[in-house]
Amino acid sequence: MKSSLLKTSALATVFGLGATAAFAADEVRFMCYSDGNECEVYEDVLSRFEADNPEIDVIVDVVPYQAILENLPVQLAAGTGPDIAKVTDLGGLNQYYLDLAPHVDRGYWESAFGDTLNWYRGAAGGDGIYGMHSQLTITGGFVNATLFEQAGVALPASDASWSDWAAAATKVAKATGTDFPMAIDRSGHRVAGPAISYGAKLFDDAGDAILVDDGFTAFTQQFVDWHNDGTIARDVWAGQGGATYQDAAQEFINGELVFYYSGSWQVGRMDKNVGDFFDWKVVGSPCGPSGACSGMPGGAGIVGFEQTKHPKAVAAVIDYLAQEDVYAEVTARTRNLPAHSAVATKGVEFQDASPAAADALSAFAADLSDVSPIAFAYQGYAGNRAMYGITVERLSQAIVGELSVAEAMERASSDLKAALEETK
Amino acid sequence: MLQILTPLMRIIEIPMLALQRRLGVNKLAWVFLMPNLVLFGLFAFLPVLLNVAYSMTGGDNVLLGDRPYVGGRNFGLLAECDNFLDPNSCREDKFWRAIWNTSWFVTLQVGIMVGFSLLTAIILNRDIRARGFFRSVFFFPVLLSPVVVALIWKWILQRHGVLNAFLDWTGIGGYNWLVDAQWAFAWSVFISVWAHMGFYTLILLAGLQAIPRDVYEAALMDRASPWRTFRRITLPLLSPTLLVVLVLSLIKGVQTFDEVYAFTGGGPGTATTFIIQYIYEEGFAGAPRLFGLAAAASLVVAGVLVLLTLVQLWANRKNVDA
Amino acid sequence: MRNLWTMLTATRGKTRLHWTDWVSYGYLIMGIFLMFGPVLWLVLSSFKTEAALERFPPTLLPYTQQTVAVEGYDDPLPLFKMTAGEYEGRTLAQLRRVGLQAQMIDPAKPDERLRVSINDREPLEEIYLATENYTSLFERFNFLRFFWNSTFITVTATALMLLVNSMAAFALSKYEFRGRTAVLLIVIGTLMIPQTVVLVPLFLVVTELGMFNSLWGVIIPGAATPTGVFLLRQYMITIPDEILDAARMDRASEWKIFWRIIVPLSAPAIAVLAILAIMWRWNDFLWPLIVLTRSENFTLQLALNSFQGELQTDWSSLLAMTVLTLLPIATVFMFLQKYIATGIASTGGK
Repeated sequence: MKSSLLKTSALATVFGLGATAAFAADEVRFMCYSDGNECEVYEDVLSRFEADNPEIDVIVDVVPYQAILENLPVQLAAGTGPDIAKVTDLGGLNQYYLDLAPHVDRGYWESAFGDTLNWYRGAAGGDGIYGMHSQLTITGGFVNATLFEQAGVALPASDASWSDWAAAATKVAKATGTDFPMAIDRSGHRVAGPAISYGAKLFDDAGDAILVDDGFTAFTQQFVDWHNDGTIARDVWAGQGGATYQDAAQEFINGELVFYYSGSWQVGRMDKNVGDFFDWKVVGSPCGPSGACSGMPGGAGIVGFEQTKHPKAVAAVIDYLAQEDVYAEVTARTRNLPAHSAVATKGVEFQDASPAAADALSAFAADLSDVSPIAFAYQGYAGNRAMYGITVERLSQAIVGELSVAEAMERASSDLKAALEETK
Repeated sequence: MLQILTPLMRIIEIPMLALQRRLGVNKLAWVFLMPNLVLFGLFAFLPVLLNVAYSMTGGDNVLLGDRPYVGGRNFGLLAECDNFLDPNSCREDKFWRAIWNTSWFVTLQVGIMVGFSLLTAIILNRDIRARGFFRSVFFFPVLLSPVVVALIWKWILQRHGVLNAFLDWTGIGGYNWLVDAQWAFAWSVFISVWAHMGFYTLILLAGLQAIPRDVYEAALMDRASPWRTFRRITLPLLSPTLLVVLVLSLIKGVQTFDEVYAFTGGGPGTATTFIIQYIYEEGFAGAPRLFGLAAAASLVVAGVLVLLTLVQLWANRKNVDA
Repeated sequence: MRNLWTMLTATRGKTRLHWTDWVSYGYLIMGIFLMFGPVLWLVLSSFKTEAALERFPPTLLPYTQQTVAVEGYDDPLPLFKMTAGEYEGRTLAQLRRVGLQAQMIDPAKPDERLRVSINDREPLEEIYLATENYTSLFERFNFLRFFWNSTFITVTATALMLLVNSMAAFALSKYEFRGRTAVLLIVIGTLMIPQTVVLVPLFLVVTELGMFNSLWGVIIPGAATPTGVFLLRQYMITIPDEILDAARMDRASEWKIFWRIIVPLSAPAIAVLAILAIMWRWNDFLWPLIVLTRSENFTLQLALNSFQGELQTDWSSLLAMTVLTLLPIATVFMFLQKYIATGIASTGGK
């Protein structure tokens, strides 16, 4: 009997706890995901905001990325979304965004965030201010400089082409007995830069997405050939299926990879896990036969949602994070590239970053000027996730031989048409 | 432990007795069923009905009300095919690749898994030392989340994994398992058996307990051989439980997804892409989210499963109606 | 018990270890290796640092490079064993490395700087348990709160499920009534639709009922799992009807028959279902992920998976968290598995 009494009181406590969830006046829920320490830093920075604005209570809910990607759109459609979220499908969720323009200083935002504001406007366009690009990323190459030194091969120059790099990396790999000359992350976003450098336009003259053209096919052919002749590590693209993401950072960290094409977000991981094992550096994006040497920009941003009960508070929170000093601090602590022009111009003193990591981040930042306008347009295109997915799936099939390159291109093209048809 | 609940059960007995007097014994069955039917109707059956409605709509909106009615178009898309045996000739080539992969997978996986589960259950049911420990050993993998299962086996099977280190040491030489379509498929079967075997072993173990001991004692008197005892006593008396295991493992086998998805992502290419992955990528993870197509595909799969299950139930009709 | 099960196979002569026993133990030992080995390795790996997790080839035990504190240097210096060259066999500490050359010193004679090629040395490693993987979990989030949420959901949902499912299974196995087969078929039928697809419709239903962001939104839908009904029903069929008839002769109410006879006799199946239900609810991830968005309602599985970002996963924390969430159910399993062996075999004597 005694134990059953205990149980009942335990139950009562639970209900009690449930009931005490009475809310302060302006509770703002921030759904956040982390690729490192971002959410912790936001929580810390926002606690200072709360001290200044006692009428606003910001709660950061840290969720897996999967929740942002798959569940957030469902919750928003059902009207049960959070007030603020960190998102990556920038243009795709536009219909749910809260326009911050009425609550913030338009002049400041436009001068600070410039073109990235466009990425959040989606297909609808207009001049609303919907989101703050909190971390800018750019794709680029990492090289194992120690292997080059061991092989006695000089690093290709900054305007070297993809084939120059392939040749040099193969030479180094042969000379040093390294497993793989090159690898590229398994992601449609990662190969977009090289494809553009090979002449892919991705959009037709009217601005409609087509994905496949001669340039894209040329890159695909080269990419498949490199897989077949062992220039590129098969494990990354051929070891996975579907639209799953796969990186090759582990191979690079273990010194089994000469040239690794990934992006600026890997810097922290390399810094921490390569340690003193070898020297590595960032070389930006190699050039294609068309002369372009484009990487692909990307990143995540913070947006508010229209269905919030406290639009003013939401705008105040995001505006606070957009202030130059706060933005600079967050960027330094999370070791990201800034999308804020003033912060970028002044340069960021990255916290706890080794000289190698600081150099790497600067190299990435410098490479932004090489990014082709097509790449910027692609990043801002609301349907880009569909295109990334199609790229990965069909290219993989061509690599493992389930489809020929021509068949893969045909499928990619018809997949995109069907997707556009469906969402019209 | 159950004594704690006695007062509660006494209280429930009062209204139940009143109902029994009013409805009679046989109608009381519905009273016993009712709580389950209500929960089940709301949270299992209603969503399935909604799913049927989704399958007849298009677009990428989430709410049913916002979606245009397209009739049987989604089913038509799935069936648009010149030759069903050659996925490349189908409009939804990935769907058909997934269908064929899944068929092979289930045939292998269910057979191997039920066989090993039965063997394990019988051995664990013997009078062995440290039985609790051994039961735990075989059950632990079931407790792991799919992501972790995949991670463990990736570590073991990757180029520099434990298995290759061992094979190098024995002189056989390692192999890059996960880049080879056939091996990736074989390992997917192995991993899913590894991860789920404990579940079915446990169910069979409980079933073995239901076999009265005097039956075995009679067999002992007759000096029946182990194999004969197994065929003539264990297997027939275990068949209601075996039916549960067969039905469940077939359904779960067709629905295999998360551990293989985390393990190979469905690759290389589409070698280990199974039907649920297709549904997941079309309807949820990919862009645009084609809920309609995903729902239609799920109904096609459900239809096939219903047929297969009915065959199983029919073959075991003695146990279903017992 | 002993005679009963050994005779399943071992009958001829009463020798203690029949060949089938040898086969059984051989199988079980292989089982430990194959089934338990990987789990054990997981536990060991949860004590590795992030850098050690990335290393090829993976090691069994968590290692880290040895360091030594040398006078005159603020940070401890990493130690290397020389494998070739003029200092072969000595243990040296590295000051810095530039390309293929490293500047090293002998910790015993810190004044003398030696230049060596990095090919002539091997890092000296020692076992190091990265307990910070665990301690940082407790600093990083409200572990106890998540633990409580998970426990509450698991216990309540399991209790609810056991009661409701065993009642339904009783009705479906021991009563003759019209529609019985139809109900059974519908129950099995819903199993055919994969959870992935039903997630969104179910989410809409639960939101409509006002259970979004409430623990009950996880508990109640979880209690409707069809598997349990099917499993229990198939077990209850094997209980002889004569026992029920005898009880009815004694004027026992139907509820009493259910509670006093059916439930105790089904103990093995109920124990199995309890184990499964506890495991399902404890490990449930996809459903709570969509219903619970406020961190005060999060379960351990949600916290565990929050280490997975878009581009990177914090494996060391994720593994430590996995081990922590594994411990409670592993314990519960070891406790409950005893009840599987207390079915008709032991209570059915009546």
